[in-house]
Amino acid sequence: MKQKNNGLASVQRAALGPYGVWALLFIVVPLIFVAYYAFTDNSFRFTTENMTRFFTARSANGTYTYLLIFWRSLKLAVISTIICLLMGYPVAYILSRASARTQKILITLIMIPMWMNFLIRTYAWMTILQDTGILNSLLRTLGLGPLHMIGTEGAVVVGMVYDYFPYMILPIYSVMAKMDLKLEEAARDLGCNSWGVLRRVIFPLSLPGVISGITMVLIPSISTFYISQKLGNGKFYLIGDAIEGQYVANNLHFAAAIAFILMVILLAGMALMQRYANRKAYV
Amino acid sequence: MRKIIELKNITKSFDGEVVLDNISLDIYDNEFMTLLGPSGCGKTTTLRIIAGFEQPDQGEVYFLGEDIAALPPHKRNVNTVFQRYALFPHLNVFENIAFPLREKKVGNAEIQEKVTEMLKLVALTGFEKRSVTSLSGGQQQRVAIARALVSKPKVLLLDEPLAALDLKLRKDMQQELKNIQKATGITFVFVTHDQEEALSMSDTVVVMSEGRIQQIGTPIDIYNEPQNAFVADFIGESNIVNGVMLEDRKVRFSGHVFDCVDIGFGKNEAVDVVIRPEDVDIVPEEKGMLKGTVTSVTFLGVHYEIIVDINGFKWMIQTTDFVDVDERIGIYLEPDAIHIMKKSEYSGMFGDYSSFSNEFDELSDAEAAAEAEEEE
Repeated sequence: MKQKNNGLASVQRAALGPYGVWALLFIVVPLIFVAYYAFTDNSFRFTTENMTRFFTARSANGTYTYLLIFWRSLKLAVISTIICLLMGYPVAYILSRASARTQKILITLIMIPMWMNFLIRTYAWMTILQDTGILNSLLRTLGLGPLHMIGTEGAVVVGMVYDYFPYMILPIYSVMAKMDLKLEEAARDLGCNSWGVLRRVIFPLSLPGVISGITMVLIPSISTFYISQKLGNGKFYLIGDAIEGQYVANNLHFAAAIAFILMVILLAGMALMQRYANRKAYV
Repeated sequence: MRKIIELKNITKSFDGEVVLDNISLDIYDNEFMTLLGPSGCGKTTTLRIIAGFEQPDQGEVYFLGEDIAALPPHKRNVNTVFQRYALFPHLNVFENIAFPLREKKVGNAEIQEKVTEMLKLVALTGFEKRSVTSLSGGQQQRVAIARALVSKPKVLLLDEPLAALDLKLRKDMQQELKNIQKATGITFVFVTHDQEEALSMSDTVVVMSEGRIQQIGTPIDIYNEPQNAFVADFIGESNIVNGVMLEDRKVRFSGHVFDCVDIGFGKNEAVDVVIRPEDVDIVPEEKGMLKGTVTSVTFLGVHYEIIVDINGFKWMIQTTDFVDVDERIGIYLEPDAIHIMKKSEYSGMFGDYSSFSNEFDELSDAEAAAEAEEEE
């Protein structure tokens, strides 16, 4: 018996082999390189100068350049995430309680935009939001416009919400679809009105889905650079734009430093959220 | 006794299929009532209408004389123990039981006191901090009962709560439920398809079939005086033969006239005659009122179960006397072993053991259990 288990384990290890090599070459090694570049100068000598530059660099008007960019990225990403959560949570709930047929159709509808490349989707939003775009011609015919939208923070948020919305719905939906419907009946039976059922049973049980939804929307929207360039007309320089800009300008070490700081902050944030969720689970 | 719940002419269909067909039922204070019937008879739907999870298509539901048709479940003074318990997996034992109290904004000290009292009632003291997912089936069951009782409802509804437990545990829980009901004085409405469970626990048994109530009575009444062939067959084993009531206390069946104790039937009225297998006495062939050939003998520990062919009709007899297959025997019936029932739509459908075998019985039990699960 023991022999057989060992055999099985070695088969499992062998099956993991190809991915292991892949992960090592394209995830672990690059991460080491990011850290290495972040703490070295152009002649690969150890330095913390890149780090200090991120926190201390000021622009001509005296504001902290990169801290401000980071703050702006965080703000837009958090706003987008909150909008995705507020819109996505009810959708996920209704979806999970619909008939099997309706669920299939709606899931497909939600997924269809994901089949298109995200660059193309962002371009589509440009043509919609432009001053002479589709939305403004529509508003003009209705006598409501024109409205200046492109190049505003709002346009960037719209782009982020549109691109990352499915990533909020799907994890919440998959948790809710597995939830035992009798639990809702039990809560109602024990004195909860609809709000009480949501607050005391459905929401706490859906927390793992909410957390993974937040993770999957917040992280890509914090580090995005393309959406802000196209829909913000380059006026809202985000942290992703900063990394790309430094990289293109061949400042690899400073680009790595910004990326490294961003990763550390995100990891710390995720760890905090996980801890909060775990503690919340048994009150 | 005070009437707590009154169902009046309740009708309910799902997708055009009638599940409850004009049900009327009174439930009294401090009563242990069991709704008994095969799967699909409408017993669970009746329970869900009382709880408020389903609305009747027609008919009224009264709670202490007040029409509660429009009252949602959370405003009804009735709690449910669900078939699979439906405990909240994100809460520990204590918080599961405290759940309804927290909803009512009861103070912490009072919650502590009431939950402790409930844990004691269901013998789970010391389990406060345990995760409900780490408990055994029987322990989860107790938590579910404590949670449903902690806010002292007038009525506790139990939807096949013992179905998922093994036989030994089920027997213990039957006794314990009965004790809890006595100790709290709360009315229990218990749904089951297990007739033995219904007989051993209840003050009142309601036998249901095809969306209609077949009989309401004490366990002894239901067993001894079944109203029709369905009830006679569903509760215990029965030989049901066609007979003719000649006059009061005289009935003819199987080509013989018998003395019986039943009165009030029409002269020469066609009736169903029920004889319980344990009420048949075996005598030597020449002394028998009826004569037959033994076709099978099964040893069941306490007694033998034998099948006897009497003029082509197969009788089941339970006896402690040993007889052999192919032996000719006579049978003797005391007047009070014979029970007469009016003819009903169920006449001729039950009570003949010609296709009987234990295996077949177990098979259909397993089917019923599988169906009950699907019904969920």
